[in-house]
Amino acid sequence: MAGLELLSDQGYRVDGRKAGELRKIRARMGVFAQADGSAYIEQGNTKALAVVYGPHEIRGSRSKMLHDRSVVNCQYSMATFSTGERKRRPHGDRKSSEMTLHLKQTFEAAILTQLYPRSQIDIYVQILQADGGNYCTCVNAATLAVIDAGIPMRDYVCASSAGFIEDTPLADLSYVEEAAGGPQLALALLPKSDQIALLEMNSRLHEDHLERVMDAASKACKDVYAVLDQVVREHLQELTTLLGDRTAA
Amino acid sequence: MLKSKTFMKKTRSGGILKIVREHYLRDDITCGCKGCDECQQERAILELEPILESSLCTTAHYLLPDTNVLLHQIDILEDPILKNVILLQTVLQEVRSRSAPVYKRIKDLLHNPDKCFYAFTNEHHRETYLEQEQGENANDRNDRAIRTATKWYNKHLKKSPKMADVQVILITNDRRNKEKAVEEGIVAYTCEEYIKSLTANPELVDRLACVNDEKNEVESGRLIFAEHLPLSKLQQGIKSGAYLQGTFRASRDNYLEATVWVHGDSAENKEIIVQGLRNLNRAMHEDIVAVQLLDKENWVTMSSVVLQDEGDSDDIESVEEKEKMLKTAVNSVKKPSGQVVGIIKRNWRPYCGMLSKSQIKESTRHLFTPAERRIPRIRIETRQASTLEGQRIIVAVDGWPRNSRYPNGHFVKSLGTAGDKETETEVLLLEHDVPHQPFSQAVLSFLPKMPWTITPEDMKNRIDLRHLYVCSVDPPGCTDIDDALHCRELENGTLEVGVHIADVSHFIRPGNALDQESSNRGTTVYLCDKRIDMVPELLSSNLCSLRSNVDRLAFSCIWEVDENANILNTKFTKSVINSKASLTYAEAQMRIDSPNMNDEITQSLRLLNKLAKILKKRRIDNGALTLSSPEVRFHMDSETHDPIDLQTKELKETNSMVEEFMLLANISVAQKIYDEFSEYALLRKHPSPPPANYDILVKAAKSKNLDIKTDSAKALADSLDKAESPGFPYMNTLLRILATRCMMQAVYFCSGMDNDFHHYGLASPIYTHFTSPIRRYADIIVHRLLAVAVGADSTYPDLTDKHKIADICKNINFRHKMAQYSQRASVAFHTQLFFKNRGIVNEEGFILFVRKNAIVVLIPKFGLEGTVFFEEKDKKKTNLVFNDEVPFLKVENTTFHMFDKVKVKISLDASNIQHQKIRMALVEPEIPGVTSHEDIATNTNGEPVPKKSKS
Ligand SMILES: [Zn+2]
Repeated sequence: MAGLELLSDQGYRVDGRKAGELRKIRARMGVFAQADGSAYIEQGNTKALAVVYGPHEIRGSRSKMLHDRSVVNCQYSMATFSTGERKRRPHGDRKSSEMTLHLKQTFEAAILTQLYPRSQIDIYVQILQADGGNYCTCVNAATLAVIDAGIPMRDYVCASSAGFIEDTPLADLSYVEEAAGGPQLALALLPKSDQIALLEMNSRLHEDHLERVMDAASKACKDVYAVLDQVVREHLQELTTLLGDRTAA
Repeated sequence: MLKSKTFMKKTRSGGILKIVREHYLRDDITCGCKGCDECQQERAILELEPILESSLCTTAHYLLPDTNVLLHQIDILEDPILKNVILLQTVLQEVRSRSAPVYKRIKDLLHNPDKCFYAFTNEHHRETYLEQEQGENANDRNDRAIRTATKWYNKHLKKSPKMADVQVILITNDRRNKEKAVEEGIVAYTCEEYIKSLTANPELVDRLACVNDEKNEVESGRLIFAEHLPLSKLQQGIKSGAYLQGTFRASRDNYLEATVWVHGDSAENKEIIVQGLRNLNRAMHEDIVAVQLLDKENWVTMSSVVLQDEGDSDDIESVEEKEKMLKTAVNSVKKPSGQVVGIIKRNWRPYCGMLSKSQIKESTRHLFTPAERRIPRIRIETRQASTLEGQRIIVAVDGWPRNSRYPNGHFVKSLGTAGDKETETEVLLLEHDVPHQPFSQAVLSFLPKMPWTITPEDMKNRIDLRHLYVCSVDPPGCTDIDDALHCRELENGTLEVGVHIADVSHFIRPGNALDQESSNRGTTVYLCDKRIDMVPELLSSNLCSLRSNVDRLAFSCIWEVDENANILNTKFTKSVINSKASLTYAEAQMRIDSPNMNDEITQSLRLLNKLAKILKKRRIDNGALTLSSPEVRFHMDSETHDPIDLQTKELKETNSMVEEFMLLANISVAQKIYDEFSEYALLRKHPSPPPANYDILVKAAKSKNLDIKTDSAKALADSLDKAESPGFPYMNTLLRILATRCMMQAVYFCSGMDNDFHHYGLASPIYTHFTSPIRRYADIIVHRLLAVAVGADSTYPDLTDKHKIADICKNINFRHKMAQYSQRASVAFHTQLFFKNRGIVNEEGFILFVRKNAIVVLIPKFGLEGTVFFEEKDKKKTNLVFNDEVPFLKVENTTFHMFDKVKVKISLDASNIQHQKIRMALVEPEIPGVTSHEDIATNTNGEPVPKKSKS
């Protein structure tokens, strides 16, 4: 029988969202004390953990050292239990290497690396549960972790996917929507300046529609930004209260 | 608010997968009622004061049907009387997964503003969402969801003073669900109860589908048929080889026989005979069935007996008598035979036909006889039998219980009086599955808004050719002008020829409702007095039609050629043109021929004509075939639109001029898209016929001392050219007509799925259709491919998916075939009308074929073909000798060869109103006891004396 109806005539998606709505985002910063920065984020059922170390001295081969800026070292992995079927290899497969590369490109564009010449910043991200938009969730988690580590960035990097179904752009695709195989793109944006840190597109999309899908994706990124900013502010509030308590004591 | 749905799923590898999906619940889903004060809604659909007079429910009310009501009673829901219906998401989803055609019809209802159907997204509404309880199955959960939503509505409406009196009524045929609903305080009726309560509209009752409970079936009466096995058992049986799966094809001539074409590649048991009512076991034509082979001693042969079902009772004994007759009939080779054990998929559609009124007065149960002979009679219930008698009606099948001789169905609608032109046209469109409903609102919404102008955006990737002297040449009265031409001398002495084709793909964007609809229609269908458009009229007759003196978007193919029509270079580009003249073939011919006309258009036409002649000669030298088939045009009476005269189409030089350039454009484009997309090009091929196909042509020519060579297309073309018979000029045409019959069908295909591209008839290694995008969907795809190839438009995923292209080819090949059949049927019907008005005539004709007991005669004057039978039911036996080798047929002492001239009497046989036909009888040569001696003058209206109707 026909597959799922991804967008009903009444304008609702399979999970009940409207075209431009994001999944529910929940996030916490500073979840690991021993790391320099860390964050945990849930976007719907996609859950990711990001940990940041650095900036610190170059580890291993010194040949990769850069004299004018810091090296950004990323690693993307998926927990063996993150998908319905157990994954054999958590990282190192083609998909993960690609994701790793994408993350590296994204954060090299966002972190003010020139402030830390001859050093290294490590960003480790792991998908704990995968339900669509893995890359985007990782970017958002890493942004929070980098902020938690106190590493200066040009701006937040916010990412969201967008697809195109029934002549309508959809924001923040879930796994079901991704699996349908329609055109989709992932956008990482620096929301204040509207600069694109990374744009990746899967399958073909008609040129006529690109602008609309891009608009939907950047709107979604800005919505993500609003949530992340709120999380950061709340986290800061907590910290200052804690610090205030300590100084008072 | 967030909910998670968790469920288990089995994966392909057999593992069990736990799937968690998010499910959001919302507060902003509106009720859709116009009078509601609670919901903030922009576009409410349900009327403030729904009025439908029901004896069960005297107050205003909305209807809320459950899934089965939608699935089975869609015909009644489509009636304009029934309005203000709430469709729950739960119900829509169930319908979608169970029947795609019904789902599509419901979607159309939801789009129709007059019907006031509202879809309520109850599964995402915070107050109407339900979780499946422990031990509850999905069906029960859905029924509970439907009841919950009904209760919510009734509570919700109470909050608005204007709506306080409006009730929401649950319509369900499920006894348990209805009981539970009533317990919970919901007003619920069965569909039948409710429809019968609509006292002001008693005719609706006829359209109720009769849905039988399986239980009822077993209780009442004698069982005639064996039980159908459930699907799971069938699948097991097919896997193990106990049963065979195949397509059931009922016999047209014998209602007790059918064959099953077994699916798959095994050469053994490809075709299985099913004989006898019980073995047929309620399977109907085109159903996918499972058959079990009988033991070898029970195998049978196809009987050559003609049996029409004429009984009108459940009288099984008489059927059994007839079955015995089949068995004892012949004593030749037995073939694999079987019995139907189950139905894998029904392929029922609504059937056209006529009512055979019950003999019993006051009976409401009647038998319906479909026009298609392969379909059994269907029992329906109606109170309007007297009105419906003599009308063409449509009936849908509801089911076929084990204790019933005939399937049960219900009346859907009347098409009008049988024999009426409108009615018969409708019938032939329906019977050939030609989509001909008016375009839906959803489709029309993708049309450009009027007034339409060319914007700078449209001019992107497009060149301006408005300065060129472009003109179009078409048959008179043509409003969908696909193509226009120009030709001019360039400064360097060469010629520039342009073929400009309507840029339909500019307006029809991939994947939208308009595109889907045109893709499904596949082709415009031209009947004698009607055109069924593939695209809405605004495009076909206006924006895409390359009319004169208006700016139109085009896709141009421009060649530079020398005076010998050698192509020096080819260019494809999107353009904007302004045609200077829309000419008919005759007008164009007149311009070319009159020496004192020397304007740009005429000069252009002369150049084109000169080049076309060279091109044509070259093509024919290469072995292209010019075949003829008698095409007939009807001259219509301008008042009554009845045909008053027939005329075979006359071809002018300019016809062939336009054709030459269209062929050239098609070939050039085919090459270009294949070079660019070797895997996805949509092309057209014409396979060479197997040599045996030509046997009849060669034999026939030989019998007239002519030699036809068939080793190659070129040899065939040459020998046809030489085949002249002195004193018999029509001979050559006859041979060409016969050669046409030997040909294969040309078909569309995807280049990545095939390796034989050759077009035999045109003697071209590659070919496609580019020049008629207004009336053929193939051309739209070709335009899109070409546009991508020249960078004028962007691509989309389905365009570069060879399976998708192959699917499109499959559909358009089917639609083209059906369009041809319906055209033929339309010509046949108009021929009948013509002879009805004309009376009986004697006319000269030629024998096209000889058969065992008949000759097929072609009447050139009418382009009419008919069969003269020499063995008729009630006549005494005629002495017939048939020789397949020469071939000839000897009737008494007269011998008939192919192409012999004969004189026949033509009349209309209207004895069976559903199957009127032209009857031909031999007049000359005279054969005593065979030729007809009736005096023609006595009976000129061509109809038998009308039977007195039993009123
Ligand atoms: Zn409301």
